[in-house]
Amino acid sequence: MLDEMDRRLLNVVQTSLPVVAEPYRELAGALDTTEEDIIARLQRLRQAGIIRQLGAIFDSRQMGYKGTLCALKVSPEQIGEVAVLVNSFPGVTHNYLRDHEYNMWFTVLAESQDKLDEIVQEIKGRTGIEDCLLLPAVNVFKIKVNFDLGEE
Amino acid sequence: MLTKVEKQLVRELQEGLPLVSRPFLAIAEKLNISEEEVLVRVKEFIERGIIRRFGAAVRHQDIGYVANAMVVWPVPEEKARETGQVMASFPEVTHCYQRPRVRGWPYTLFTVLHGQKEEQCREIAARLSMATGITGYRVLFSTAELKKSSMKYFLEEK
Repeated sequence: MLDEMDRRLLNVVQTSLPVVAEPYRELAGALDTTEEDIIARLQRLRQAGIIRQLGAIFDSRQMGYKGTLCALKVSPEQIGEVAVLVNSFPGVTHNYLRDHEYNMWFTVLAESQDKLDEIVQEIKGRTGIEDCLLLPAVNVFKIKVNFDLGEE
Repeated sequence: MLTKVEKQLVRELQEGLPLVSRPFLAIAEKLNISEEEVLVRVKEFIERGIIRRFGAAVRHQDIGYVANAMVVWPVPEEKARETGQVMASFPEVTHCYQRPRVRGWPYTLFTVLHGQKEEQCREIAARLSMATGITGYRVLFSTAELKKSSMKYFLEEK
C-alpha cells in the first residue's frame, strides 16, 4: 500500500519532474527526504505498475503521428478473438469494452494517415466487422492525467 | 519532423527516465552526446510541445479512481468550442475532445470522467449538462480494460 510519502511523491511527480542533472536529489530536497529514498520509492511504484511511465509523456501529434478513436460492434462470442487481433497492433494503446452496442472502443496511432488507414482496413478485413466508427479528434480541449491522491 | 538524433532521444526517453542519480547522463552516454545536450534537447522538446508533460503517468485504478466513463454529447458544430471549453474547466473531466459527426453517431463532443463510483460519474455528467445546456447525452462505462499501454515511437527505424 501507499504510505504518506508515496502519496506526496506521486502528487509532485505527476505534475512535473525537474529537468536538471540530478532530478531525484531536487525532489528529495522538496519532500524533505534523501535521494536514495526517492529513487527506491519510484522503483517500487514503477515495479508495482502504479507508475506507468516516468519522464517524458509525448504528444503524438507533435511528432507527426496520426491517430483515431475507433468503435466496433462486436458480437459477444467474437469479443475474445477480436480483442487479441486489435491489441496485437503496437499502435493500439487503449482498448476498452463499454456498455453500448458499439462495445469495443480503442485508440490507434500510426506514423502516417496511410498506415493508420491500413491498420483499420486490416482489422475490418480480418474480423469481417463492417460496423466501425472512425472518430479522430478534430479539437482537443483537455488532456489531464493528474489525480489527487490526498494526504491521508 | 524529427532529426535522427531527436528520434534516438525519443526512443531512450520512452523507456522511462533511468532511476539513477544522474539519469540524463545515463541517456547521454548511450547516445554519445553530453549530459548538457540531453538536458537542452529535453527542454526544447517541452517548448515545442513534443513532450506534453515531463512527469509520471499513474494508473488511476490503483489510487481509487475506479469508474471510467466516456460521456458523449450531441453538440452542434457552432457550439462545439464554447461547450468544450466549459466542460474542460471541470476538474473531474480528464479528457475532452471534439470529433467529427459520422453516419449513425450523432455525438460530437467526448468527455472522459474518472470517479470513485459510477454514481459519481453520472452526477458529474448531469452537472456538465446543466452547465452547458446540452442534453441527450450518453454515459458509456467501461466494463473491461482490454489494453492500456504507452505508445512506443519510431521503433522500426532502429
